[in-house]
Amino acid sequence: MVSNITVNNSEQAGGTREHELISSVQRGQSELFYELVRPYERRVYAAALAILRNEHDAEDAAQEAMLKAFKNIQQFRAEARFSTWLIQITVNESLMRRRRERTVPMEAIDDRREQESEYAPRDFADWREIPSEALERKEVRQRLAEALATLDRKYREVFVLRDMEHLNIQETAEALGITAASVKTRLLRARLMLRDLLAAGWEQGWFSRLPFEKGTKPW
Amino acid sequence: MVNREAVNCEQVWREISNYVDGDVDAALRSTMDEHFHTCKKCASVLAGTRNVVQLYGDERMLEVPSGFSRRLEKRLAKKAGGERWSSWSVWLVPVAAIALIVGGLKLTNTFSFRHPVRSILAAPGHGIPPDMQVVVSSGSKVFHVAGCPFIHDKASERTITAKQAMQDGYVPCSRCLRQYLKTSVTGHSGAEVADSVAAEAEEEQEELLSAAGQSAAGH
Repeated sequence: MVSNITVNNSEQAGGTREHELISSVQRGQSELFYELVRPYERRVYAAALAILRNEHDAEDAAQEAMLKAFKNIQQFRAEARFSTWLIQITVNESLMRRRRERTVPMEAIDDRREQESEYAPRDFADWREIPSEALERKEVRQRLAEALATLDRKYREVFVLRDMEHLNIQETAEALGITAASVKTRLLRARLMLRDLLAAGWEQGWFSRLPFEKGTKPW
Repeated sequence: MVNREAVNCEQVWREISNYVDGDVDAALRSTMDEHFHTCKKCASVLAGTRNVVQLYGDERMLEVPSGFSRRLEKRLAKKAGGERWSSWSVWLVPVAAIALIVGGLKLTNTFSFRHPVRSILAAPGHGIPPDMQVVVSSGSKVFHVAGCPFIHDKASERTITAKQAMQDGYVPCSRCLRQYLKTSVTGHSGAEVADSVAAEAEEEQEELLSAAGQSAAGH
């Protein structure tokens, strides 16, 4: 109970500080803007990368999104979440760039597949859990990122916004311009596909040298 | 809609993402819980799905390229510097323009005249003695020597000094005060004087007609 109160107080203090920063920047203290967005720069970059799939383009889009947020800071209203507002600007910027550059082919086949059948999990072996401590290792993060990169665009985008950016269903739907029902459908598929990819990764030895391979099986 | 009494594996997979998010009603949750206890395959799918959400939702999965923060801060600082000037200039330019106009009017008012004059002959520096007693009346902005037949409304005439009359915007009668005007019109071109005299003559004509009209009405 005490720890919960501490966390809540900490979050409240962080939120208050964020509101103060927003007000200061809106009043003209431009030099505080970086302090305001610094906690979100990784999320902004991840959102751009999920859409553009190219590190250079993603960085440029992320930076441009931050600049647009700065330029339009007067339009931000306190009742909204700043992080969500920032991510939505990033998604818009990234989608606009992708449309402009037309680097990603149309995915009509995937659309048809989504309508025709549901995704069924493939691997039913006992799940060997990858503990979060494993994320300390760069190769694990890299393997996970590679698995994510293999997903089709529409599944990857929804998954990143929902499970990595922690937008809710409605926010994800609004950011991508799709329905909440589509978000749920795509999210289900993305999660199941990633589960299959990670399960296959075990078989291919992705995580074979990790210290947690021997030991607990939580199931 | 899922049958609440018994669910098969396909139905569980369809709802498993919502189940992980806590987005199923209590009855369905209970039914699925029972299914997971008895179905090893679905329990594996659930464990894998939860593991995926947990791993990818970790902050450590959000990585940015080396130097990203530094490049972003630099770009924002550059933009902020430009915006600061830009935001200043938004109100600075109109304010400066208003200051110039107000200042200009003030200077003009201070150094030239307090009231607009109607005739070049009424410009300052005329030979009319400032303390000279002159007559003004309502309905006309011309001042006269007492007894002048061109006083517009004799019933409302009052006597003030010539200086006061000129400060109040009255101009000298070009007939009764002509002797003071002819010698004082210097510094103006011949054409200007000719135009002004012609205008004054017209005014006199109007005033004379007006005076005649009043006189006729009085009779």
